[in-house]
Amino acid sequence: MTTGPRPRPPQFVARLRHALGGRAGWSGFALQLLFVAALAWIGYEIVANARANLQSQRITSGFGFLSHNAGFDVSQSLIPYSGSDTYTRVFLVGLLNTLLVSIIGIFFATVIGFLVALGRLSPNWLLARISGGYVELVRNLPVLFQILFWYLAVLAALPAPRQSVSLFGAVFLNNRGLVIPRPIAEAGLAAFALAILAAMAGSLVLRSYARRQLFDSGKRIVIWPYVAGLLLGLPLLAVLVFGGPFTFEWPVLKGFNFSGGSRVIPEFVALTLALSTYTGAFIAEIVRAGILSVHTGQMEAGASLGLPRGSSLRLIVVPQALRVILPPLTSQYLNLTKNSSLAVAIGYPDLVSVFAGTTLSQTGQAIEILAITMGVYLLISLVTSAIMNFYGWRIGRSLGA
Amino acid sequence: MKRVSLVLILAVAAGLSIQTAHAQTLKTVTDRGMLSCGVSQGLPGFSAPDDKGNWTGIDVDICRAIAATIFNDPTKVKFVPLSAKDRFTALQSGEIDVLSRNTTWTLSRDTSLGANFTGVTYYDGQGFLVKKSLKVNSALELNSASVCVQTGTTTEQNLADYFKSNNMKYEVIAFGTADETVKAYESGRCDVFTSDVSQLYAERLKLSNPADHVVLPEVISKEPLGPMVRHGDDQWFDLVKWVLFAMVDAEELGITQKNVDEMAKSDKPEMKRVIGTDGNFGESLGVTKDWVPRIIKAVGNYGESFDRNVGAGSKLGIARGLNQLWNKGGIQYAPPIR
Repeated sequence: MTTGPRPRPPQFVARLRHALGGRAGWSGFALQLLFVAALAWIGYEIVANARANLQSQRITSGFGFLSHNAGFDVSQSLIPYSGSDTYTRVFLVGLLNTLLVSIIGIFFATVIGFLVALGRLSPNWLLARISGGYVELVRNLPVLFQILFWYLAVLAALPAPRQSVSLFGAVFLNNRGLVIPRPIAEAGLAAFALAILAAMAGSLVLRSYARRQLFDSGKRIVIWPYVAGLLLGLPLLAVLVFGGPFTFEWPVLKGFNFSGGSRVIPEFVALTLALSTYTGAFIAEIVRAGILSVHTGQMEAGASLGLPRGSSLRLIVVPQALRVILPPLTSQYLNLTKNSSLAVAIGYPDLVSVFAGTTLSQTGQAIEILAITMGVYLLISLVTSAIMNFYGWRIGRSLGA
Repeated sequence: MKRVSLVLILAVAAGLSIQTAHAQTLKTVTDRGMLSCGVSQGLPGFSAPDDKGNWTGIDVDICRAIAATIFNDPTKVKFVPLSAKDRFTALQSGEIDVLSRNTTWTLSRDTSLGANFTGVTYYDGQGFLVKKSLKVNSALELNSASVCVQTGTTTEQNLADYFKSNNMKYEVIAFGTADETVKAYESGRCDVFTSDVSQLYAERLKLSNPADHVVLPEVISKEPLGPMVRHGDDQWFDLVKWVLFAMVDAEELGITQKNVDEMAKSDKPEMKRVIGTDGNFGESLGVTKDWVPRIIKAVGNYGESFDRNVGAGSKLGIARGLNQLWNKGGIQYAPPIR
């Protein structure tokens, strides 16, 4: 223990001075202020100059075009859209299509990545070689090439609509996509949804009860039959009491295509497939690196406790590996989102295709549209990073405890 | 990401330069010793490289003719292949001096892009290409069809208008380049490929079996195709405009690549003005007196260029139709050189 007076806590003003100006104090703060002002002035000059010059060249500028009619159609839209809607609507349609392909792509890429990484580390010789071959093949070919390959391969393999592959006369597969019956909401839908929610809540409660029992008294309770019963039984009961939640609109071959029903377009399938297999290969290497970064002693400790290989991995190794995996994994997620802009090559209507493509060439307002598009990608990337950082922070906290 | 870099050039050019780019294109081109000409990425008949790598086509001829008037050398052209989406940005940013790339003249393009059309090199219209095996005889039978289209063209809007006004449903799949569009059509993704009729004939030649495909009779839009220059440089605008007019006038007067030297000896007043032995029309355009003979020696008159590239003398074999001279039943017409 040292003796003597405790150092005085820094004063509020001094602390502020240090935070704003660093070691140089107030003069440093003034310098920074000046710097920011200069940056702001340069930014303002660029915008004002651009406006004046565009005007003198008679190039239309400004964001007024967003409320004009688009006048073209889009093949896939998550929200109601027709040619008589505005460019703002086109923007939303494109944005949602980009988000859709990114989220689904990220999901599958993660699954593929983890499976391939575990396969590559597996003691099974064949599985390890196949996984290694997959990684080396897929990550070394350009992604645009892979997108085109999947698109043309998918298209070439599928028959024309009139020769569709049919499943029970309800689901049809052809080169226009996968056509499935479209569910239409009925009166029983609310009760059905409630039943599912209740079943899920019940299952979660059961699971936490089983965990507590395991930790408190070492008793292992098998809960899956109850969970299955809940998840199937409650909705079934709801259907019996309140009637069916949906009726279906069946697809019918009419003219060139199927009318009615919902359709998954081949462009979406090809793009998702290409992006998730491509990014999956990178994720596999990241996951493998993460797992190898955990000391082998951890695995052996698990084995000496009598845990099977799967459980040791799941309970001991992966949680520690995640700390290493997460930052590069985030980069891969961002890459996938950005690579989805290659969609224009195969006609998938993503943001770049319908907004930075068609809308740009129809309105000619390149600077505005490219600025909006870049802003949107930046925003998507920042949000993705924020979510991943939050997840990483939680993992760090639980491991640090 | 060619487009992004073009836009960056545009943004920087617009944002930083005090003096805007629209000053003196003719002087810039002369100093550079080379005309920079925006063309398509390969559309037979209009602008496409041949097997020796030389660009040929009716749009290419316009650029060669301009180069001939300035340098007396039709080879002093740098051709910049552009996708439909990138073409206007390339012109705005100053990367090219003239855009000669089967571009439809519309009001909004004339007024909001900071560029002007100089004339019509080819009167076209939008049509549909289908497989013969579908047994479709009219575009009105295309209800519920899937349609492949190239993005960044007037085609997308015409298509929406046509199907809407005829109460038909359809599915549109838009691709970035013409090649991708045709590939998707050929693989069966779409029942129909739609574009300007001239382009349909040109692309049909690239299909593995052209005879299995047919262009439907309906023409659903007016597509006057012509060259574009930047707004605000009237001298350059005049030159590009009159190069095309001179080619049309030369055809009307019967001046051809073969007889141009002979015609130079003519003492008909009209002929003397065109050939340049009388008056100073070339100089008032900023080039030399003999600008018309230079053009004709380089690419021939309008009719010769048409025949060689898209007409009877080419693989496309498209009839003159609307593009015949006004006094022969078409609508190609040029103001007089006087």
